[in-house]
Amino acid sequence: MKPAGTPAVLGALLRKELLVELRTLQSVPGMSLFAVSTFVVFHFALNRTSVSGDPAAGVLWVTLLFAAMLGVNRLFVADAEQGGFDGFLLAPVSRTALLVAKALTLLAYLLVLELIAVPAFGLLLLGSPLGQALPDLLGVLVLADIGIAVIGTFVAALAVQTRARDLLGPLLALPLLVPIVIGAARATEPLLYASHPGHPAGRWLLLLGLYDLVFGLIAYAVFDFLLED
Amino acid sequence: MIPTPTPASRPPGLRTLSIATVVAFCVAYGLVFFYAPIEAEEGFLQKIFYLHVPLAIVTLCGFVLGGLMAIMHLRTRDRNWDLRSYVTIHMSLIFGVGTLITGSIWARGSWGHWWVWSEPTLVSFLIIMLLYATYQPLRFAIEDPERQARYASVFAITAGAFVPLNYAAVNLSTAYLHPRVLGSSSNLPPSMALTLLVALVAIALLFATLCSYELTAKRTRMLLRSRSRILGFQGSGTTERRPDAARETPVPTSAPARAGVHAR
Repeated sequence: MKPAGTPAVLGALLRKELLVELRTLQSVPGMSLFAVSTFVVFHFALNRTSVSGDPAAGVLWVTLLFAAMLGVNRLFVADAEQGGFDGFLLAPVSRTALLVAKALTLLAYLLVLELIAVPAFGLLLLGSPLGQALPDLLGVLVLADIGIAVIGTFVAALAVQTRARDLLGPLLALPLLVPIVIGAARATEPLLYASHPGHPAGRWLLLLGLYDLVFGLIAYAVFDFLLED
Repeated sequence: MIPTPTPASRPPGLRTLSIATVVAFCVAYGLVFFYAPIEAEEGFLQKIFYLHVPLAIVTLCGFVLGGLMAIMHLRTRDRNWDLRSYVTIHMSLIFGVGTLITGSIWARGSWGHWWVWSEPTLVSFLIIMLLYATYQPLRFAIEDPERQARYASVFAITAGAFVPLNYAAVNLSTAYLHPRVLGSSSNLPPSMALTLLVALVAIALLFATLCSYELTAKRTRMLLRSRSRILGFQGSGTTERRPDAARETPVPTSAPARAGVHAR
């Protein structure tokens, strides 16, 4: 039998992941609900009816990051507990396919999350209308999401085989995500000013893109060693 | 038959290394207190610079070195490399806490605050420490020794690569806000630069000595444990008295010991 090519493997894995999520609905609805609840908490914690500029970017990114952590914690649990890893390792396919498929799955989760969380943020907390800033914001969101997806997948794979996986995942992920937060929050900040929304500075987008690239390469280089048994 | 202790349990370089460290420390801090001039603006407080900066340099080099040793472990599958990587990162963590404490004291003395966010070196150092603080929890939450070594190596490589990346990102976020208060060593007067260099050598020697001691202690304990297993001392020896014995990384030490482990 001819071994399946990487695109076919990737497609099969991605289809399986999304099908599992569609049938169980255990990550994305929870993440979205968490994000909306966090905006409510921020309203009371900051004692503000609306935010703009710096604090608005901070609130948005902290919320998205912590909501992403919920998805990261669940990403490999089913594979570890119900033999998904064993099944995958028995198949004669490249192991990197699992990294890419899981990262794409997490990226899809994040995009759906933002589809709900960003309008909710605009509605509940943001002082200015979101419409004008939306095209720029979309670019920042996608660049940051790629980074969160890659780091989240790597960290989830590292933490899932440990005893304290729910604790270790966020502990490992947050320091690694600091450069993403720096880039994303600084790039979002000018978009969220009430009076004169600007454009994100190129250097922050460059930082996000470079970090995505470098961390993607690192994860690609070491991921195989996490899947050896 | 019980083999006599191998020379590996008592490395010949340990004594030399210890003496060299003591001598280097005496010279370095002699220079710090009697040779290097008192700095004009900060006065005597600036002397902490000769402790803080070498500690920070040695810590960061230790983290990167731990990553390189982890690469060697994954390439060769020699468990000794994992043990070396573990000891290096463990010691770097201790030196890193020292760096943060001395840095805080210095910041309090010269800027009036225990912590300043405008200093990118300090901030990125804190982030790196927070990341490495999860190394041991991660490692000891994995029970299988082979997987423990492998996962710890993957972490060490990633974190080692993260050190410069993180520094660049944090530097970018603060560099244009505040000028550096104390620049790089290039603008130091020669007497200060010489003192710093000698202090750096002393701290690096201290690091090497402590790593060497920890490595020797770990190897000796493993040797002892495997010997007592061969002899069948189940009720005595280190295994029973140490509840965290399972947390140690077992390393095959010598051929008879290894045979004994596998026979059980």
